[in-house]
Parts: sequence; C-alpha cells; structure tokens
Amino acid sequence: MTAPDPRDSDPRDREALTGVAAGRRRRRERRGEQPMVPKAEFTSYYGRPVIKPPVWKPLDIAGYLFLGGLAGASSALAAGAGLTGRPTLARNAQVAAVGAIGLSVVALVHDLGRPARFVNMLRVAKPSSPMSVGSWLLSVYGPLAGGAAVSTVTGRLPRLGLLAGLGAAVTGPAVAGYTAVLFADTAVPAWHDGHRELPFLFVGSAAVAAGGLGLATAPLRETWPARFLACAGAVTELTASRLMNRRLGMVAEPYRTGRGGRLMRIAETLTVAGIATAVLGHRSRALSALAGTALLTASAATRFGVFEAGMDSARDPKYTSLPQRERLRAGEGSRAVTG
Amino acid sequence: MTDPAAVSGYEDPPPRMGFFTDTSVCIGCKACEVACKEWNAVPEDGLLLTGMSYDNTGSLNASTWRHVAFIEQRKPLALQDPGVMHPDVDVLEMAPLGSSTPPEQALMTPTAPGQEGDLRWLMASDVCKHCTHAACLDVCPTGSLFRTEFGTVVVQEDICNGCGYCIPACPYGVIDQRKGDGRAWKCTLCYDRIGDGLEPACAKACPTDSIQYGPLDELRERAAGRVERLHEAGVTDARLYGHDPADGVGGAGAFFLLLDDPEVYGLPPDPIVTTRDLPSMWRHAAAAAAGLLGAAVLACLTGRRR
Ligand code: SF4
Ligand code: SF4
Repeated sequence: MTAPDPRDSDPRDREALTGVAAGRRRRRERRGEQPMVPKAEFTSYYGRPVIKPPVWKPLDIAGYLFLGGLAGASSALAAGAGLTGRPTLARNAQVAAVGAIGLSVVALVHDLGRPARFVNMLRVAKPSSPMSVGSWLLSVYGPLAGGAAVSTVTGRLPRLGLLAGLGAAVTGPAVAGYTAVLFADTAVPAWHDGHRELPFLFVGSAAVAAGGLGLATAPLRETWPARFLACAGAVTELTASRLMNRRLGMVAEPYRTGRGGRLMRIAETLTVAGIATAVLGHRSRALSALAGTALLTASAATRFGVFEAGMDSARDPKYTSLPQRERLRAGEGSRAVTG
Repeated sequence: MTDPAAVSGYEDPPPRMGFFTDTSVCIGCKACEVACKEWNAVPEDGLLLTGMSYDNTGSLNASTWRHVAFIEQRKPLALQDPGVMHPDVDVLEMAPLGSSTPPEQALMTPTAPGQEGDLRWLMASDVCKHCTHAACLDVCPTGSLFRTEFGTVVVQEDICNGCGYCIPACPYGVIDQRKGDGRAWKCTLCYDRIGDGLEPACAKACPTDSIQYGPLDELRERAAGRVERLHEAGVTDARLYGHDPADGVGGAGAFFLLLDDPEVYGLPPDPIVTTRDLPSMWRHAAAAAAGLLGAAVLACLTGRRR
C-alpha cells in the first residue's frame, strides 16, 4: 500500500498524534440507522485499515458472481423446462448458461495477478479453500452446460445432451451458491459476518437473474416457470437481506450507506418493480420482456452492491475492531491479549 | 497435537520456531525493516512521507515484511522519564555564556534531565504472525502457501497465480499483492536462513533485542517472565498479544509484548481465523443450493403446460 499524500489529508487528521485518535472521519454523514452495538471507545492506528481490502477488480469479480449465478440457475431452469415441454425456454436458458459461464471464466482468469498460471487452480484439491472447490466445480459444470447447449442447438446426441443437461442442473445451483462461501470465508467484516444469510441472498439473486432472462426471451406460453423462479428468488433474496441487516448490527452499515448502499437500494427497487411487472403483465410480451430486463439488472446490482459493501467494511478499521472489542468486553472473546 | 508442522504431516519436525517482539525496548530504529529488505531483496515500495509520524511505511504489505509503528501519546511511561520537557529554559539567557562554558557553570547540559513529562512514544515492529491456524494458507487454492517444518507459513512464488484470495483472508492484513508482479508476498521468517541455523535477518539486526527469535516454547516462557518483571517495575500496561494458544488463530508463531491495546498499534483486538466458520458456511450454502434446485423443479411442475 502506498502512503497517502499528506497534502490530501484533512489537517485535523494530521493532529492525531496521540495514537488514540478517533477513527477516520467520514466525509459524508451517514444516513439511516445508528449502530446497534453500543458505542465503544474506538481506537485505530491513524485511521488505517486493520485488514487488507480484497485486490479483486469489481467488474471481474462482482461480474463473475452475477454471471455464475445466472448460469447456474439457468441450467436448473433449462432442465426442468425441457422435461415439461417448454423447448424455447429450455434452449434459451441453456444458451444463456453457457455464454454466461464462458464469460465468467474469462473474467476470473483476467482477474488473476498471473493469468498465465490459471491452471494452477487445478494443481491441488483443497476443501478448506472455497476457491479451490469452486474451480473444480466450474471445471465439472462448464463442460456439462456446454454439452447440453450444443446438443440442443445442433440436435445431435439428444440422450447425451439430456444427461449433460441434468448434470448441469444439479451442479448449477452449487455454482450459484458457493460464491457466497467464497466471499464469507474472508476477514472482510460485512461478508464474513453475513455467512449465514449470504448464500440465500446469492441463490435468490441467481434465481431472479435466470427468471429474468427467461421472461425476457421466451414466448408468453412458456414463461410461467421463469416467472415463478423469479418470484421465489426475489422473496428469498429480500428476506435474506433483511435478516442479514438485522443480525449484523453496525457491521451491516456498508450495505445501507455509500456506494454499496446505493447499489443495494437500486437492486431492491428494480427487483420489486420487475416482479410487479412480471406478475401484472403476464399476458403482455412487451411487459414480460421489460420485467425480465429489470430483474437481470437488479441481480447484477445486488452483486456489485455486496462487493462494494464488503470493500467499504474492509477499508474502515472500525468494522474490524469494534465488534472484536465488544466481544472481548462481553467476555465472549478468545485469549488474544493476556497478562 | 498442537504443533502445526506435525499436524501438516511432517514426521518428527524440528521445534516450532517463532518471534517474540518485545515492544517495550523498541527504539524505532527500523534496522529490522532495512535488514529484511536487504536479505530478502524486497523492492522499494514508494518513498513517501506520511506526515502522520515517523512511520513512513504505513503498514505491512507485499514489499514491507517488517513494519515499525510509531505512536505518540500524552501518557507517562511508568517509572521512565522521557526528559524532553524544558519549558523553564531561556535559551537567550544561555546564549551569551557561549558554548565553552564549563559544565558546572552551565545552566544546562545536553544530559541535564528535563521536567517529568507526560509523553510517551510507543514503537512496535509488526510482522506476519505465522498463525497456528493460518487463514491465508487455508484458503490458498493453488497450494502456493504452505506450512514449513518449522511451523511457519511461506508463499512459493513459483506457484502463486495471484488469485488474491489470501489477502482479505488474513485477519491481520499482512499478506498483500505486489503491484506489477501480481503475486502475493509476505514474511517467510527467513526460511532460507533458519534452515541453516541462522536467525532471521530482522532479529539479527535488532540492536535492542526487541525482536527475539527462537523455539516458540522458550520464547513464550521468556515473554511471560518479561511481563511479570515489567508489572513489578510498575509498567502495568505491559501485556502479551498472540501468546496464548487459546486465541482465535490458535496462537501466533510471532507474538508481541505491547504497552497498550492492540488497536492502538493497528492490530485487531480479537482476531479469529475465518475458516473456523467454514463448515457452517458450507452447510448454509448447500441448503441454499438445494433450495434453488427445488424452486426450479417446482417452477416447471406447476403452471399450465402446452
Ligand atoms: S498473519 Fe496473516 S499472512 Fe501471516 S500466517 Fe497469519 S493469516 Fe497468514
Ligand atoms: S494469491 Fe497466491 S498465495 Fe495467495 S491465495 Fe492466491 S495462489 Fe495462494
């Protein structure tokens, strides 16, 4: 990390010579609820972060969360639609799945510090590393989704295609869900502390995206499953998000403030509007397409929102230190400090 | 079995080695930072003045594997007098006497103690903790990070693909990605020296023995004795950080004697290895994924079919 240029800093920050300086002052006043953790005396080392924020690029990684979710949930939807006589929905979902997963692999490789070494991801299989689990999962799911789509589009090897489609339908939801573990298994407060709700928020968002894509591209007589999936996903996602905000107390602040908060609000508004349009406009092709587009955008906004909220919570030392200090005060901490 | 090397599969490993950094004797000379850079050929990482203190490095990062923190406090250090306050001295009155005044006639000499002050400097050389339960190592997907026979945690730079996962996983913000290189770097506890029986470069260079290297068991004993002696001497602020195997990372291989709360030094007050909650995370994710599959099935089985 490069040191900040002193000329950029607020002169009051430079007065903070006593070491017990209060945390970094926020330029913008926070809106919304106050921290639920009782106000504890907060100390930091000149307002610097305690943990290192991820070095991941937002477009690559938040984009991957969105695309991976879209692909995984689409595969599940495609298999069901294919087996229940909705061929266009099935085909569109399959093609979307393979496109999304292909793009997301490109994003993942692009994000590596050493892209040429991407194969090292499959050098070992480590259950303690969600990224290792995810790499193996992708290497199973990707070819299955690809095989299913190729078979459907070309009409070749229908049996094998069906099997591949079923395989993708089972592994797809795992692809959509594991990314929550990927984020939660870090020291980033807003992600780690939300480890119970994030998986539901993520698969909910994935269902919203896959449902949205189905709504936007399938003929009206086949859109029922897409609409159903989008509704179920929206309810799951919004509920998980509420629960998480409640349980996390002050650590959930970044989900309500700053860039993360803005994106989460956009996502919520678009989800509700998209669902309402999808339900009320179920007889209209144009309205269904509009609803589908809104839902796809909403899902992307959710992923970028979660990403940004995590970054904010990592940058501000109070989200790391305060809950830990509270834990110690309440006698629930471990024995980090002795003597 | 608490020896991380044995847990990692080493048969009959050597004793676990570590650092005890006693910040009560640190003078902030940064010899450790320099020695580390020299020995490990760590590149320069920006020549900036932070403007906040004598700390111009800021934090541990990919190219700073020892970092000396400076904290200035309005608080007396027990039984010690920094002796820097001379508010009653009139330099203009002293000036006519000239610089060759014999000491007994001088109003003041360079060693004349000042008034008892209320200022203290805390200096602490931070480093990778070489955790017993190391999050960075747990989450590394390539196996680039590994446990050595000495119980330390080291990155293999020929394997790291720069995925960056270890960086937000570390509860202390130690490991970091080097810009332009793309890979993750951190302290190796001088793996190439300790294998030859040499002490790490920083410990070797430290003029006050603030950085002590040795078998962890011995260091823990020595540290406990040191805290006791400091308490007896009235330095009641003295405490150990990362010393206890019952902490959230199973005890640090590099632990510290601090004179204030960990936060003051930029350290987390109660760090916990993130992978402790991994089983719970997988359970929740499995339930969520099953729910998604169920919802998709239900979606297709309901509704009017063609
Ligand atoms: S302090 Fe961080 S980088 Fe060092 S071993 Fe522990 S988790 Fe890894
Ligand atoms: S950046 Fe390198 S050392 Fe860190 S987790 Fe990825 S592969 Fe492992």
